[in-house]
Amino acid sequence: MTVSRRTLLGAVTGAAVGTLVVVRPAHAADDLQAAIKAFTTGAPLQRGRVKLDIAPLVENGNTVPITVHVTSPMTPADHVLAITVLNEKNPQRDVITCRLGPRAGRADVSTRIRLANSQQLVAIAQMSDGSFWSDTADVIVTLAACVETP
Amino acid sequence: MARALITMPATAKRGEIVEIRTLIAHPMETGYRAGDDGQLLPRNILRRFSCRYDGEQVFSAELFPAVAANPYLTFCTIATVSGTLEFTWEGDRGFAQTERVALTVAA
Repeated sequence: MTVSRRTLLGAVTGAAVGTLVVVRPAHAADDLQAAIKAFTTGAPLQRGRVKLDIAPLVENGNTVPITVHVTSPMTPADHVLAITVLNEKNPQRDVITCRLGPRAGRADVSTRIRLANSQQLVAIAQMSDGSFWSDTADVIVTLAACVETP
Repeated sequence: MARALITMPATAKRGEIVEIRTLIAHPMETGYRAGDDGQLLPRNILRRFSCRYDGEQVFSAELFPAVAANPYLTFCTIATVSGTLEFTWEGDRGFAQTERVALTVAA
């Protein structure tokens, strides 16, 4: 069988990119799971209702705008109690935890955060009925923050 | 006193949702960064933010080192009665600052 130079190069690059994407330190993911457990106190986490808005490609990790929007009627009977944002690879898992109530009117929060690495972010909302909802976002960071001088 | 900016409407209709944007000048030193001498710089962050509307807390946040320098936060509240909104930031090294903004609510 003859293999052309083009197909060989393509296959090798493809394999390299594949491994790069798959390799993720196991302990970081475990930490993130532990942080999620600490917030939900073991309650099941459901996908949906939460929308985490962040640019997929971030040039400067020192200040990254994020917005978390939670779909909720925000009435005294049914509202969002807390919103937290967790990360996977910063030195510390917590980013911010907001506490709101029916007087917020709308569960919309934005801020600017630091990202030390390309990683996954998780936003979790705690509802007044005790349920937890989440959304995740993968971000690629080209200039890291937290550890290096800005 | 750190410089703080609070952007919100001065007047609102009763029941209207007002968006509040806050920004405060603060380095938010993470405690994970080395200085010029190679030693880790001690942590100096804002840890807590809260907003009270006529004495009742409507929003609060716990901040961690992953919040960018000069923390910016936006959130919403329902205009209920004319009154004062009190914004408080607390942090390391005894940092505490309170700003007040009046909101007039028309029926």
